[in-house]
Amino acid sequence: MWVSADRERCISGGRCMAATSEVFDQDEDGIVVVLTSNPAPEQEDRVRKAAYLCPSRAIRIGDGPAGG
Amino acid sequence: MTEAPPYPQKRTCPYEPPAGYREIGERGPVLKVTLFDGREAWMVTGYRESREILTHPNLSSQRTHPGFPIVAPRFRSQIARTLALIAMDPPVHDVYRRYLNPHFSLKAVRRMRPEIERIVAGFVDRIVEHGPPADLVPLLAVPLPSLVICRHLGVPYDDHDFFQDASGKVMLGTEEESATAAQDLFDYIDRLVAEQIKNPSDGLLGTLVRERVVTGDIGHDELVSIALVLLIAAHETTSSSLALGVITLLEHPEQLALLHGEPDRLPGAVEELLRYIATTDLVATRVAKGDIEIAGHLIREGEGVLVSGTLANRDAAVHRRADELDLLREDSHHLTFGFGIHQCLGQNLARLELEVAFKELFGRLPGIRLAAPVGELPILGAGTVQRVLELPVEW
Repeated sequence: MWVSADRERCISGGRCMAATSEVFDQDEDGIVVVLTSNPAPEQEDRVRKAAYLCPSRAIRIGDGPAGG
Repeated sequence: MTEAPPYPQKRTCPYEPPAGYREIGERGPVLKVTLFDGREAWMVTGYRESREILTHPNLSSQRTHPGFPIVAPRFRSQIARTLALIAMDPPVHDVYRRYLNPHFSLKAVRRMRPEIERIVAGFVDRIVEHGPPADLVPLLAVPLPSLVICRHLGVPYDDHDFFQDASGKVMLGTEEESATAAQDLFDYIDRLVAEQIKNPSDGLLGTLVRERVVTGDIGHDELVSIALVLLIAAHETTSSSLALGVITLLEHPEQLALLHGEPDRLPGAVEELLRYIATTDLVATRVAKGDIEIAGHLIREGEGVLVSGTLANRDAAVHRRADELDLLREDSHHLTFGFGIHQCLGQNLARLELEVAFKELFGRLPGIRLAAPVGELPILGAGTVQRVLELPVEW
C-alpha cells in the first residue's frame, strides 16, 4: 500500500494522526506529515480509516509500492 | 408528493431523535423540509450523501446570500450572518483557518491535557464538597468549557459569568435576546482585542496579535470576529455534549460499566457518544452557489441546504445497529463535528474535555445516578445545539 497527503487541502482535523501516529504526524502549523509512504501491512486498516475520516479528503491511498 | 415536513423539531428525550424525524429519515436521503418561516430547504439525511454534499464545491456558507436558509429567528441577525470562518467560503475561509489550525491541531491539544485534568479535578472536588443532589450543569458542564477556552485564548476568566450568559443567549435565546447578547459580546471582545493589540498576553489572542496583526495580515476588526466565533463555538457545544453524554451514560448503566477501570476504552466511547447524541442536530446550514446533483435530486443554485447530523449519524445504510449505543464499537464515526473544510476547529479540544471529564466524574463518583427522571429534564434547542437546563445527580 502507498499513502500520500495533500498538505494544501489539509485542515488539521487530526483524524489521521488519531487513527495511527505511526504513519501520520502534524507539523507545527498543524498540517499533516506522512511519516512513511509505504505503511506496514498491520497499519493498512488504520490508514484506510484515516483516508475515510479525513474531512478535506487530503489523503490518497492505493495498492502497490508507489503512486500519488 | 406529500408536504415537506417541518424542521427542526424538538427532542423529548435529550439524546434520542424527535419522533417526527423517523418520517424525515424514511423519506431521505435527500428531501425538502419546511422551516419556521414557511420557506422550504433541502435536507440531507443520509450519511454517505452528507459526506458527498459537504465536500461539494458548489455548497456555500455565505450567510448574506438571499437564499441562505434561516432555521430559527435568532439567525437573522447581522452578526450571525457575518461570522468569521463559519460564514466564509474559500479562499478567505482557508486563510483564516490556517491562522488558527496550529493552535487547535491534535498535537497542540494533546499538550493541554495536564491543564485540563487539573481543571476538571477542581470542578469534581467542588461537586463532592457540594454533596448530593448536585446540578452538573452549573457545577461542571457550563464552567468547564468556559474556563478551558478562556485560558486558551488568554481571556480573563473573571468575566466568565458574562460569557456564559451571553453565549448561551446568542445560541439559544429569542431573536431579540440573541441579537442583544451578540452585540454585548461583540462590544466586550472589541475592548479586549484593543487591549491585546496594545499589550499582547501569552494566550491565543495575544499570539494572533503577534503572528497576524503586527504583520498586517489582519486588523482589529478581523481579530474581534475570530475571537467572537471561538468563544461562542467553544461554550455551548462542548457544554451540551458533556451534559448529554453524562445523561446517556447514566441511562445505559450496562454500557457505563464497560468503562469502569478501562481508561483505554474512553476515546472510543467518546466517539460513540458523539455519534449517538448528535448534540448539534443540524451540522450544516448552506446555500447552493451552483447546481448540485445528489441522490437523484437536482438542487438548484440559490436553494438552501441543511444536513442533519441526528439522522446521518443513525443512517442504517452505514452504521450497524444504528439506534443502539455500543461504546465498544470499533468503527464508530459520525458527522457531529461536520465534514469538509468547515469541520469543527475545536473538535480535538472538545474530545479531550469530554474524555477527561467522564474519567474523573465516573471514577470519583462510581455510584452516581440521575436524581430526576430523564423525561423530566428541561430541554432547550431544536435544530441547533441540544441543551438540558438542569442535570441533578446523586451518589
